[in-house]
Amino acid sequence: MNLKKAGLAGIIAAAATAGTASAEGSVCLITKDATNPFFVKMAQGAFAKAAELGVELRSYAGKFDGDHETQVSAIETCVAAGVDGILLVASDTKAITSSVQQARDAGAVVIALDTPLDPIGAADMTFATDNFQAGVLIGEWAAKTMGDTSDAKIGLLNINVSQPTVGVLRNQGFLTGFGVDIGDPSKWGDETDSRIVGHELSNGNAEGGREGMENLLAINPEINVVYTINEPAAAGAYEALKSFGREDDVLIVSVDGGCPGVQDVAAGVIGATAQQYPLAMAALGVEAIATYAATGEKPAATEGKEFFDTGVGLVTGSPVDGLEQLSVEEGANLCWG
Amino acid sequence: MQDASNVDSQLPTSDTVAKFDRGPETLKSKLMHIVYTAPAVVPLFVLLAAIVIFGLLLGDRFFSPFALTLILQQVAIIGIVASAQSIVILTAGIDLSVGAVMILSSVVMGKFTFDLGLPPAVGVFAGLLCGLICGTISGYLVAYWKLPPFIVTLGMWQIVLAANFLYSGSQVIRSQDIAEQAPLLQFFGSTIKVGGAVFTYGVIFMLLLVTALSYVLSQTSWGRHVYAVGDDPEAAELSGVNVRGTLISVYALAGLICAFAGWALIGRIGSVSPQAGQLANIESITAVVIGGISLFGGRGSVAGTLFGALIVGVFTLGLRLLGADVQWTYLLIGLLIIAAVAVDQRIRKASL
Repeated sequence: MNLKKAGLAGIIAAAATAGTASAEGSVCLITKDATNPFFVKMAQGAFAKAAELGVELRSYAGKFDGDHETQVSAIETCVAAGVDGILLVASDTKAITSSVQQARDAGAVVIALDTPLDPIGAADMTFATDNFQAGVLIGEWAAKTMGDTSDAKIGLLNINVSQPTVGVLRNQGFLTGFGVDIGDPSKWGDETDSRIVGHELSNGNAEGGREGMENLLAINPEINVVYTINEPAAAGAYEALKSFGREDDVLIVSVDGGCPGVQDVAAGVIGATAQQYPLAMAALGVEAIATYAATGEKPAATEGKEFFDTGVGLVTGSPVDGLEQLSVEEGANLCWG
Repeated sequence: MQDASNVDSQLPTSDTVAKFDRGPETLKSKLMHIVYTAPAVVPLFVLLAAIVIFGLLLGDRFFSPFALTLILQQVAIIGIVASAQSIVILTAGIDLSVGAVMILSSVVMGKFTFDLGLPPAVGVFAGLLCGLICGTISGYLVAYWKLPPFIVTLGMWQIVLAANFLYSGSQVIRSQDIAEQAPLLQFFGSTIKVGGAVFTYGVIFMLLLVTALSYVLSQTSWGRHVYAVGDDPEAAELSGVNVRGTLISVYALAGLICAFAGWALIGRIGSVSPQAGQLANIESITAVVIGGISLFGGRGSVAGTLFGALIVGVFTLGLRLLGADVQWTYLLIGLLIIAAVAVDQRIRKASL
């Protein structure tokens, strides 16, 4: 009993100190999960920047990608702690908006990182990769590498059934860059172009990538271009192609720019990948909230866009004419995770 | 009913054993009897029916050696994990930690080989040992501390998964590095091609494992003890079965099989990925339930589990080839789970 009481007192004490957030600024970072290297790296970037600026940083994460409830309670905890701002990588971009509104009403500036909320204006600002542009880059690269795209048989390895914004933007960007009419830009799967073999789901991991690729090959064994949502899915797809002896005549493109992904580009597993910069994303976010805490000034969007573009680079071992590209070495210097 | 004189005249004949009066043999009672003595018959029938239906709908695209062996490849990992799950469920237990043990074992194999620079064979051995130890801990807690298996393995699931992420730092070991430096880790990914059919060593391992487990469970005293413990641990104890020892050995073996699944997983996805296999516990329980093993223990067969896993695989690929939304797959599998348990309940009632 005594032990329990002591524990309870401890929790109350902790909540009390949390309630009086420091004057230099305090920031919450909430990611989708704490296991994806992308978010691990993002948290590292945020903590490094926070230490540099003397800002207090708390970090929260969902238990798994898609864990909405934990993110809601994390926002509530942050609001109760009276933080100046929240950096949020939302799992459910629509449902989270009411919690975000409560945080903003309580005086916190909310910055969506990596994943825009739906609608994008629900957050004060979004710091993200231009995922559509990332898709366009790999789409154009694939089209230019093939030359004549009329015989293309395109397989698409997307993320999951809920069609999250990031997945939709990358997919539609890729198709646009490749020269396919995308129909409704807000969802995949409604294209009528006969060059598309199908959309499969990879869950963004190697297991799903392999199974999705096997299913695509079962639908049409002559696939020659494969778009993947990220590099683990691409690595899985490559394993499937290898088991069918097709690994050398299929072009795989991807998005992310993680270090294992860049190594896969170097090894020829992935033709080209669009690299994003999570460290910069988090560091800029912490900086923006520190500025807001000091001056009350909110961050502004990149000119001509609804969000602050943290940049994207096309990494490939076989460059084509007419595109700005990074070599594998340059990509390896900038890679994360 | 027989009259008394008839019974008397039969008594002296020593080879007539006392029998239950089973009433008239109707088609229904015959069916019930078959289902009761060989519960794997129902999932086998569903599996064959599903293959025929998808074969008719899709023709050669589905009904080809290529597509059918592809299904085997796609269910190999879950099939192996579900075999481990089967023996645990046969003891009226459950193992929620199977997926986590599988992943941790594969990470140990990768990390020991690449970070510690040990020979791949030693890394693999360490990974297998890791699975065995995890299983033994669960078994010890269930057998000696009398903790409910659900709670023990719920805890182990979290502990093992957290250990996996802490130890691996979420870092992937790339397929190309493994192929270059430690091809042994990808052993189960090697393939044998027979015409259009493709068998990975992982698939062959799954089939051998199911065969071996079926034999051991039905033909050895250890196997019969597993059933006895699952059916009624007190009665088993009274008839001289070492209940605790049997339970520990079952969980330990399940852990070891999961470690083999981890090895096979490296073969399948090429890389060592700490984030793979997150749904393996649910998917393995699904296969076991659809395969007709009773969650109350003591009845069912590992062959049924294999059929259960294959049914899920057939539905998944079949519906994808038909171009249906993946949600239909989940919906149908949900129906199958409930139907399977309903059948199990009917059999239980019939057997009382």
